[in-house]
Amino acid sequence: MQSFFLRFCLLLLLSLPVVNAFADPLVVYSARKEHLIKPLFDLYSEKTGQEIRYITDKAAPLLARLKAEGNNSPADILMTVDAGNLWHAAEQGVLAEIDSALLQDNVPAHLRDRQNRWFGVSIRARTLVYSTQRVKAEELSTYEDLADPKWKGRLCLRTSKKVYNQSLVAMMIAELGEEKAEEIVRGWVANLAAPPFSNDTKAMQAVAAGQCDVTIVNTYYFGRLLEDQPDIGLALFWPNQNDRGVHVNISGAAVTAASKKADQAKALLEWLTSAEAQQIIAGLNMEYPINTQYPVDPRVSSWGDFKADDADIAKAGALQAQAVMLMDRAGYR
Amino acid sequence: MAKKVRISGLDLPGILLAGIVVLPLLLVFSGWLQPQTEVWQHLAGTILADLIVNTLVLMAGVAGGVLLLGVGLAWLVVMYEFPGRKIFEWALMLPLAMPAYVLAFVAVGMLDFSGPLQTLLRDWFGSSQWFFQIRSTGGVILVMTLVLYPYVYMLARSAFLTQGIRTLEASRSLGMNAGQAFFRVALPLARPAIVAGTSLALMETLADFGAVSVFNYDTFTTAIYKAWFGLFNLQAASQLASLLLILVVFSLGLESRLRGRRRYHESGALAGSSRSQLHGWSKWLATGLAGVVLLLAFVIPVIQLLIWSFEVIDLELDSRYLDLLWHTLLLGVGASLLAVIAATVLSIAGHPKPKPVNRLSARLATLGYAMPGSVLAVGIIFSVTAIDNVIHSVSRLWGNESSGLIVSGSVLALLMAYLVRFLAVAYGPVETGLQRIKPGLLEAARSLGCHSGGLLRRIYLPMLRPGLLTALLLVMVDVMKEMPITLLLRPFGWDTLAVRIYEMTSEGEWQRAALPAVTLLILGLLPVILLVMKSRQKESKG
Repeated sequence: MQSFFLRFCLLLLLSLPVVNAFADPLVVYSARKEHLIKPLFDLYSEKTGQEIRYITDKAAPLLARLKAEGNNSPADILMTVDAGNLWHAAEQGVLAEIDSALLQDNVPAHLRDRQNRWFGVSIRARTLVYSTQRVKAEELSTYEDLADPKWKGRLCLRTSKKVYNQSLVAMMIAELGEEKAEEIVRGWVANLAAPPFSNDTKAMQAVAAGQCDVTIVNTYYFGRLLEDQPDIGLALFWPNQNDRGVHVNISGAAVTAASKKADQAKALLEWLTSAEAQQIIAGLNMEYPINTQYPVDPRVSSWGDFKADDADIAKAGALQAQAVMLMDRAGYR
Repeated sequence: MAKKVRISGLDLPGILLAGIVVLPLLLVFSGWLQPQTEVWQHLAGTILADLIVNTLVLMAGVAGGVLLLGVGLAWLVVMYEFPGRKIFEWALMLPLAMPAYVLAFVAVGMLDFSGPLQTLLRDWFGSSQWFFQIRSTGGVILVMTLVLYPYVYMLARSAFLTQGIRTLEASRSLGMNAGQAFFRVALPLARPAIVAGTSLALMETLADFGAVSVFNYDTFTTAIYKAWFGLFNLQAASQLASLLLILVVFSLGLESRLRGRRRYHESGALAGSSRSQLHGWSKWLATGLAGVVLLLAFVIPVIQLLIWSFEVIDLELDSRYLDLLWHTLLLGVGASLLAVIAATVLSIAGHPKPKPVNRLSARLATLGYAMPGSVLAVGIIFSVTAIDNVIHSVSRLWGNESSGLIVSGSVLALLMAYLVRFLAVAYGPVETGLQRIKPGLLEAARSLGCHSGGLLRRIYLPMLRPGLLTALLLVMVDVMKEMPITLLLRPFGWDTLAVRIYEMTSEGEWQRAALPAVTLLILGLLPVILLVMKSRQKESKG
């Protein structure tokens, strides 16, 4: 009798996690910061009753964790910025294919995985920001032009260690070839007015303070800076309008291969690309909606329309290592 | 007679601890099983040489800086009387609570070209080109030194105090002047403490990624992260990290060889009140020096953080801060208790005559401090998932299909990671305290019939108490400041203040990071103030 009781208790103890699995909320590993995802998840939970849990970290450690946990991983969804990160996650085999007509409809083909393992959720444009006092818009033209000696001592850049710059250079390799891309990056380095900055905001502040005249940043950083200091004397410029267009990247999401709740996870992904969620996403961080038919935030639309590069963004992942090595060779820190 | 390796039951806990630390490190070393020729060729052909030079320069600079500030200031406040000495004596420990990445972003925010100071200078003089370039080698060394000197200061100061002024008076009466007494008596006697403090500072410098990335200063650690985040090559990153570890083992080994078998048993007599009074300009110079250090390392950055916090307080402050505070505190207390118990077990096992097995387990168990946090965290994840897989297979025997992950993603895994990382911090003060217990005392106690349990209760714990408390508080501060391990291993909902700082700084919103930073600083001040009170108590007793 006693031993039966003991065994019962042990069984109960061991089965606890299994019982939990049924009532478990959706689990998200997110490289997007809490204040950018929480409002979305809160609204979704309120509407559907689906509870959502998340942890945030950088993409690479999250991916390492996902991989180490393997089939036992509690994660259902991986959210990151930059297609490069998602491409690597897919390569490592931790993402599941999702069959969803809605997602394929809402997300343009070049901003999602060919095998439907990851999807863009928002678009971010990496463009030029210049000093309105020292530069005329006519002087600017392309990313490549910033390598011209006329910009010597006038260029500020964020560090090459940031994935945004790695993707930018990767897409340049895809378009122009490695040799030409390296020549351009070397030109940039020769034109630098100051050692590379640790973030986009610092680079823009340096332009505003007169340390340099032009830099390359993601538009939402510009938007944030402008909200704090409307008269900072900076303006956006859309480069490469006569050829491939402005470099765009995504923040994206994927369902993990380990997920036991793939259907619920898919439903959340689909909702993230819906008009309702997209409006919040566009408003929260001043990014562009993934579906170009959805309205852009009014603050963002004031920057004007532009032609975006429509090359397959998966290349940013495939060529990322090549881009990093190229920038090392060129002395771009 | 052949020498036999004897291992007694007392050694087992130490061996187990060494195992806990070594397992994740070994998993990091296992990266070598898959050679990554391409990455190595690339690194060697481009940036590796620069990175090594950068790292060595940084290490040398920080070593020089913390020795100069730490030992110099400790000597000043112990030996001399000058205006404000009583305040400086404890206030100089305050920067312990300042995370390196916070001082880094405050320094760059204030002093870079676009910062308020240089803007002001340009308004006045039209140019600020001549101004100190903060994003430079000198800038990084300065910031790391200001954050890390308290380790040396604290340990050196207590060593100088316990040497007793009498030892020094004796040396003076033998005809040495003040300088000779310092270099020939005080410094050699305080060497274990100074070395312990400096090696903590250097290991922290080696493992640092947060502060150097604010400066975009590339060190060996940068290469580790580049291989991992940029080239998505975790194997190459592990290989680089393990090289770093080998470097640390080598230098620690070198130091202990240089120190030889000298043992230091100090008199235990504490300094009296016979400080020499400084006069005239020299007393104001002393005040000025101590004041400048305190201003740069603590007062000015705190004021700047408060100003920034005030600007964003409406946006930032909400009820979540209570949770953040609570988690930070809970993890700090839990991990530090664990680390101190472990450190005590580890060091007492080999006392008073450490066997090779004790030395080895202590050496191995304190290696985690030199491993960059993120890399270590991945090693921990591999170990805990391995443990989980064992649990998993056992529970299968009971007919369960899936038990999920039990250890990984739990507080247990996080605490284990902190233990691996910070055992060295706890071990230092405990071991130093232990060295003061003379073997004769133990023999006397034994001859009076006192054995293991009694020895622990009646001799070790009372005599180690100051060391244990120091260890506890040091680890607590370190854990609360820790960022990469907390980020990767925290269970759902266990966000801490450091996590919040990361979320803001990684988006470049440094102003918004000021509020959690200042909160973390205040929280970190609690153990530091306890340390301060403790050190004063000790003094008044002496």
